[in-house]
Amino acid sequence: MTDTLIKTIFGRLGLESFPIHEPILLGTFIVVALLGLSIVGAIAYFRLWGYLWREWFTSVDHKKIGIMYVILGIIMLLRGFADALMMRAQQAIAFGGNEGYLPAHHYDQIFTAHGTIMIFFVAIPLVVGLINYVMPLQIGARDVAFPFLNNLSFWLTAAGAALTMLSLFVGEFARTGWLSYAPLAGLDYSPDTGVDYYLWSLQIAGVGTTLSAINMVATIVKMRAPGMTMMKLPVFCWTALCSNVLAIAIFPALTAAFFLLMMDRYVGTNFFTNDRGGAPMMYWNMVWIWGHPEVYVLVLPAFGIYSEITSTFTGKRLFGYSSMVYATVVITILSYLVWLHHFFTMGAGPAVNSFFGIATMVISIPTGAKIFNWLFTMYRGNIRFELPMMWVVAFMLTFVVGGMTGVLLAIPPADFVLHNSLFLVAHFHNVIIGGVVFGLFAAIVYWFPKAFGFKLDPFWGKVAFWGWVIGYWVAWTPIYVVGLMGTARRVRHFDDPSFQPYFVIAAIGALIILVGILGFVMSIVMGFVKREKLRDTTGDPWDGRTLEWSTTSPPPAYNFAFTPVVHDLDAWYDMKARGYERPASGYRPIHMPKNTSAGVIIAGLSFTLGFGMVWYMWWLAALSFIALMIVAVGHTFNFKRDFYIPADEVARTESKRQRLLGMEA
Amino acid sequence: MKRAFGLAPLVLPFLLGGCNMVTMNPTGDIALQQRNLILFSVAVMLLIIVPVMVLTVVFAYRYRSSNPNKVYDPNFDHSTTLELVIWSCPLLIIIALSAVTWTSTHLLDPFRPLERISADKPIPADTKPLIVQVVALDWKWLFIYPDLGVATVNELALPVDVPVRFLITSTDQFNTFYAPTLAGMIYAMPTMRSELNAVLNKPGESWGYSGNYTGRGYSDMRFKLRGVETADFERWVAEVKASGNSLDLPKMLELVKPSEKVPVMRFAPVQEGLFDRAVNRCIEPGKPCMIDIMRQDMQAGGGNPHDSHMGHGMPSGREAEPLTGERAKPALQKAPQEKGTSPNVTKPVQPEPPGQLKPGDPKNRDQSATDPLPAICAPRSPRA
Amino acid sequence: MTDRALNTQESAITWHHLDQEDHDHGGGATILGFWIYLMSDALIFASLFAMFGVVSTSYAGGPVPRQIFDIPLVALNTALLLASSITFGQAIPHMEAGRLSSTRRWLAVTGLLGAAFVGVELYEFAHLIAEGAGPQRSAFLSAFFTLVGTHGAHVTVGLIWIAVMLVQIGQNGLNGEIKRRIVCLSMFWHFLDIIWIGVFNFVYLYGVIR
Repeated sequence: MTDTLIKTIFGRLGLESFPIHEPILLGTFIVVALLGLSIVGAIAYFRLWGYLWREWFTSVDHKKIGIMYVILGIIMLLRGFADALMMRAQQAIAFGGNEGYLPAHHYDQIFTAHGTIMIFFVAIPLVVGLINYVMPLQIGARDVAFPFLNNLSFWLTAAGAALTMLSLFVGEFARTGWLSYAPLAGLDYSPDTGVDYYLWSLQIAGVGTTLSAINMVATIVKMRAPGMTMMKLPVFCWTALCSNVLAIAIFPALTAAFFLLMMDRYVGTNFFTNDRGGAPMMYWNMVWIWGHPEVYVLVLPAFGIYSEITSTFTGKRLFGYSSMVYATVVITILSYLVWLHHFFTMGAGPAVNSFFGIATMVISIPTGAKIFNWLFTMYRGNIRFELPMMWVVAFMLTFVVGGMTGVLLAIPPADFVLHNSLFLVAHFHNVIIGGVVFGLFAAIVYWFPKAFGFKLDPFWGKVAFWGWVIGYWVAWTPIYVVGLMGTARRVRHFDDPSFQPYFVIAAIGALIILVGILGFVMSIVMGFVKREKLRDTTGDPWDGRTLEWSTTSPPPAYNFAFTPVVHDLDAWYDMKARGYERPASGYRPIHMPKNTSAGVIIAGLSFTLGFGMVWYMWWLAALSFIALMIVAVGHTFNFKRDFYIPADEVARTESKRQRLLGMEA
Repeated sequence: MKRAFGLAPLVLPFLLGGCNMVTMNPTGDIALQQRNLILFSVAVMLLIIVPVMVLTVVFAYRYRSSNPNKVYDPNFDHSTTLELVIWSCPLLIIIALSAVTWTSTHLLDPFRPLERISADKPIPADTKPLIVQVVALDWKWLFIYPDLGVATVNELALPVDVPVRFLITSTDQFNTFYAPTLAGMIYAMPTMRSELNAVLNKPGESWGYSGNYTGRGYSDMRFKLRGVETADFERWVAEVKASGNSLDLPKMLELVKPSEKVPVMRFAPVQEGLFDRAVNRCIEPGKPCMIDIMRQDMQAGGGNPHDSHMGHGMPSGREAEPLTGERAKPALQKAPQEKGTSPNVTKPVQPEPPGQLKPGDPKNRDQSATDPLPAICAPRSPRA
Repeated sequence: MTDRALNTQESAITWHHLDQEDHDHGGGATILGFWIYLMSDALIFASLFAMFGVVSTSYAGGPVPRQIFDIPLVALNTALLLASSITFGQAIPHMEAGRLSSTRRWLAVTGLLGAAFVGVELYEFAHLIAEGAGPQRSAFLSAFFTLVGTHGAHVTVGLIWIAVMLVQIGQNGLNGEIKRRIVCLSMFWHFLDIIWIGVFNFVYLYGVIR
């Protein structure tokens, strides 16, 4: 009787669910707990909770939400990279009689968590965060189209990330690989909490990402400054638009696939089971209809970033703007037509395989055109090799190799040899690190002074740069080689000792990347320490070309005291060239959205809903769901969602800025 | 500085001749053609990759702001000629590669019967391919030679220069049959039968792997691929036959249970139709075969099409219960006591010797069962 | 629009819009955003339809569509939902004209028809499960229950939304905000109607003639 009661209350959560016997996890937990407690304590000590709650957590300001996204991405990057180091260490030592230090049960969780976290909770938050911060400034808007939705999207993503992190200490994470293929992820083969954690955290975060994408598209389509026609839209906004359109088109497929897998696990349906008519292959199709375009969701904004940076640091207009735009649109459309190349080896037949193979190769044409466009932007330029530009050059040299191996993998007979091998793993790390991660770092260095008013420390920035670039090549070149030696991915233990030197080199490479990551963290810390020296008073530290550089660093809450009118693609460059002067009077009250706590509460309830479902605490799940509905409906009864920033406050803010500019002059 | 690292991968193709790179130095004709295709495509792509990388470095160097002797033209943002070139160069390369892709995908389709034994050796007119049925089990490979009446686990012996037709399936998981020296890989999937036609041209030993992650025993799910001369192959078959270890349905049922690091096993004689039962998921006694269920489905199970009342014509009540055996109970149907506890078992609790079979153990189907970490296992012989 | 040039040196160029105090530049963002949301929802249904298509004949030896589908009942249900779309259409002109009580009346009728639809669907589901043709029986039934059930859940959300709007109209009258919400709701409701036409044809009708 009491057992029934306990099981009803706690579901399948028991004392055994906590890793008290596992030194690695226990140690991590203690460190994380101490760190967390000290941060919480410090915030309480400095009486910052109220400030954080009022000014950040409940904020609907796209700039603050963007910064919170980036912080989330960086924190999760540390987690995902810790997983990577553990894998590299295991593969470097587990040969022959040595089983390594990680049992399969642990190792399999690590590679699953690494992939899941790096894509869903590092790359996506960083990309969405940058779009959130930069895009409204670039199009001369005061906020996004749906400010509350933006806040909700962020907190849903954060709730998903929190649920994934929780699996480290309560229960376990999935042991199924980052896409949790059926039938392995079905109830029959993975009955424990791992896949449930995976499904719920990604489902919650996925809703956030979809909502955010809708928001961004509506913003770009509806809220551009007067005069900014689509063909005067900065390239970064174009890529953000295509990336978000793509996200809206693909996330439903993932949501549906996860939903059906949940049905299999909770209701006992037969979608992806082996028996009773299930079709596991359909799961592969659905996740890859999401999965392949997802690569472009991430890399397109990175392409936009490279375009902005190249144009700024070469002091030139972007070469071939319209061909860049068409290339982006073509990539967006084509990326939807290639998913089957992820399983050529399932034997779909030569006609289907060659169709998808050739479609995949065709994507490299617009991508190649983009590379040439950057190249010819540099041509006859005046290139200032500041950090962002260094990242661009490193990207161009690294990415083309990844592109080449990608086209190689798109040839079905070649894929028969290389598919599911470490060559494939090296390929996608090549394009994701070389394409997306380099771009994200370039963007953070580039727009950091805009967000905080001072530049990052250049010395440590260079440490980060060289650590990542050298580390990347040292870590992944040997993985290409062992791939050609015929090693499959996700293998924990090897027999053949001739692989070992390569894995040792790869582990050294991972350590060099660690130097890069630490260098990046240090560049923020040292930048903060030396912020007075690195201060940007002009709002335009790099001699930029687009509208975000026309306002102060950091921008005021309302971004622009007057809505700018755009006459040229490089709007701010045009303004500077034609002797534009800031108006010093005539301010009006500015209509702005009000902060709201509904987003945090709804996301918090989604978190408890997910937790209740993972652990079979039906009462908690039901309660959370009902509360969630009540809060969501209750929020619609709140009609007081906006306020006016009075004209004299705007005038005060603007005159402070004029003084700063005057000091500069 | 950057240049050095940028060019590092360019050296890669030249390293490919290394004796370790089995995919670049295969012993099978199909794998050889695949390798040639890889080398050809890389060469074609380098036609554009190398100039791009060189130009990147040259432009980055020449147009640096500290160079006083450069041309600076801030308004140079369009050139129709250049645009034409930058779109058509990749286009031409891709057209070339597409043509190669189309033909090679058809010629090297794994389902397509072989047309030659090697580049200079056609298939003799009366040759029938050797048929090998491959079943991916958790976590070992079963090879059945139906025409010879023998079967092996984790050992695949093939006569040199004889075309082989693999019929491939899996009992539970999506797996890939990966023989890098022979012909690359193809998925082994439950309820489905994939095919692979290949031939081995040189005697010698190498390893074959499982390419797709399938759970805890995946890393050690590999088989020894032995290419032997025809005479040696016949001797090997005779040896297996002499072992007198028969493979029948009950034995198969034992074999299907999950186990790790399974040593080589040899069976003869082999009961007929085991592979078909594996494909149709009816190895368990009393479980109806997929093909029969599908036939029944196709006839659409009777019922009067003109009578549209709900439930008419369907078997009622108990008869509508599942045909198949026990299955995991979905979460929402579990009584509180049935929920159990989901432990964190990252660390192995009870070490067990590797490769132990526990017939009938409910944990056999459970991938979350504790992973036994063997104390120290004997190092295996390195790959030949 | 009284755009005023601010730049004294080059008075021909307008650099700013002075009277733009709103945080967004034009109306219609909500309608556009909701429309995009509907498209993404349509893709979820597309995925479910695709899943249904793949397993629609995987009966696993179990019941087949013409044994279990009660076409007259489903036709009645279809009629209910289509009628509810018409009644919602009736509400819109009243709303545009600002007629409070007739707007509420038509909305309420729509809600009642929708509730009847959900009720019939629940009856059908309960009946099937009692007969042993539940979602666990075969992949075909899994897909059937999931696809139709997901649509039903959407209709239920629509019902809650209608109830909320009835209350909010009562509290606030028909101001711009409320009108915009009703327009979004009507888009949502008609969208569900279109999905149902797909379900009725593709799942029920095509099922029984197979």
